[in-house]
Amino acid sequence: MKNSPTTLTMATICLALLINGCAETPIDESTSSIENTSIQTATVETADETASQMVEEQEEEVIEQPTNTAATVFYFEFDKAILSSDTRASLIEHAQFMKSYPSNIRLEGHADERGTREYNMALGERRANSVKEFMVLQGVPSSMIEVISYGEERAASFGSNSAAWSMNRRVELK
Amino acid sequence: MRFRLMIQILVVVCLFAFVSSKAWSELVIKVTQGNDTPSIIAIPPMVLKGGQLSEDVSAIIEADLERSGFFKVIDRNNMLAFPSADDDVYFRDWRLLGSEYLVVGNVTEIQRSKFELSFSLINVNSQKILFRHGVRGAKDQLRDLAHLASDKIYQEITGIRGAFSTRLAYVTADVENEKLVYRLNVSDSDGAREKLMLASSEPIMSPSWSPKGDELAYVSFETGRPAIFRQNLISAKRIQLTNFRGLNGAPAWSPDGEKLAMVLSKDGNPEIYVLNLVTNRLVRLTRHFAIDTEPTWTPDGENLLFTSDRGGTPQIYKLNVVTRSVERITFQGNYNARPSLAPDGRTLVVVHRETDIFHIAALDLETDRMLELTETRLDESPTIAPNGAMLIYATKQNDRGVLSAVSLDAGIKYFLPAKSGDVREPAWSPFLR
Repeated sequence: MKNSPTTLTMATICLALLINGCAETPIDESTSSIENTSIQTATVETADETASQMVEEQEEEVIEQPTNTAATVFYFEFDKAILSSDTRASLIEHAQFMKSYPSNIRLEGHADERGTREYNMALGERRANSVKEFMVLQGVPSSMIEVISYGEERAASFGSNSAAWSMNRRVELK
Repeated sequence: MRFRLMIQILVVVCLFAFVSSKAWSELVIKVTQGNDTPSIIAIPPMVLKGGQLSEDVSAIIEADLERSGFFKVIDRNNMLAFPSADDDVYFRDWRLLGSEYLVVGNVTEIQRSKFELSFSLINVNSQKILFRHGVRGAKDQLRDLAHLASDKIYQEITGIRGAFSTRLAYVTADVENEKLVYRLNVSDSDGAREKLMLASSEPIMSPSWSPKGDELAYVSFETGRPAIFRQNLISAKRIQLTNFRGLNGAPAWSPDGEKLAMVLSKDGNPEIYVLNLVTNRLVRLTRHFAIDTEPTWTPDGENLLFTSDRGGTPQIYKLNVVTRSVERITFQGNYNARPSLAPDGRTLVVVHRETDIFHIAALDLETDRMLELTETRLDESPTIAPNGAMLIYATKQNDRGVLSAVSLDAGIKYFLPAKSGDVREPAWSPFLR
């Protein structure tokens, strides 16, 4: 329904005329009907089977390989994607390990809850990408690294305080 | 003339029947701040002639009007009589109570499965009937009939089109068996009749209404990666629109409903794209190494406003869809993001940070005056009502995500706290027709 000023004015004039002019007769017998439609729920088809298979495969690989003890979570400053010296040291270890024992990794980027959700999605990706770029510089083929951002959607620490926020601005290597 | 009036008043809306055992939604509304000089209105109970109604129609209208902040409702316990037709009104009764306006009405069964709600709006001081109106619907649509009545009364008195017959989409996150469950829900604008659209163990984000209000686009991680989906509300039919490497986010339906603006990082970093939903053609609109995200259309469909940190901090930019020229819009504060434009095309609502705390702010694009609208913390995801009177946003209360509302002049405020869990990412529907 468009409420152009002209139709509104005409409607008002018309209404006024009707009210003043014919008080005995019904003023506005207009009625409106509403359609009957109901909202339906969709279902998510989850890939549970694939997920469990992937876990099994990973477990088998772990048995075959020596373990890598370097840190797998790397932390960042607010609205920044700069790697700390600790992070760089750990990533060099990971890169060495991956060159000896090639396996695909996934870098999950995260942000704290401050700021908007979609901007934080982009920020999480920027952080994960800066980890990826550093590892590629260390000689890890980029095809072995998958990057995904969860933005602020998957907090590691709940709570709205600076301690929780610093735990949430992170990249997890998996 | 009469015909024009009929057309003017004929409210054609697409509303939805309520088929569920859950009688009340999980959103409960508390008004915390109203207008300084509200109109005083009395709405005596509207009853069914010779029967009982499943809903308290007057109470729904009272709550609608009071929530708008423009009205103060007379408590029915103080009323001296409950007239149900304008012939039964003794004006002295209502003048004694200080009532400026009076709504009298009743419900009749017009067919086996149909009700008609007839009501009149009366000016108590002038003793004049401002209008008589009837709305018809199925018996389980009493709430719809009540909201239509609220729309009509609100528009008559304030001159602003009522938006009570609209809906809200929002995402909830609840911990169940130590795991988060994400749900996309749709409810009435008053939080009632919540209906589940989609549940998932992976994040659901960024719901966006189609301009007709019959579809939602959103981001779901159900495939293990973010992807944009569109889903019809009535058929529940859903289509996965994107499956690119990297970000697939921030969908925004164009005003003509034919295009979807979005953010993809498939070419290396987040850029704004437009997907033509008719031809399936995808066009990249931005080229910058910075973050470009959160596109929203101007009402004419010729420009996109978006967030970018190309200037060092997140700020709002305007992009002409045809010429691709980009112009910076916000300069005040060190963080301005998630733009949305009010229907007047002049008020830009953003998530704003002056130095430390995130608030919702409105920037007048003609005077460049920035007005902080909220006093809560960690405010985000503002969504403006289609009549431009109020906006709803997400905030935190006791470490829990809740929805809150504020008028665009900051004068009226109310909370929509959920009974449990975390509510976020509200999206106010367009007018439904």
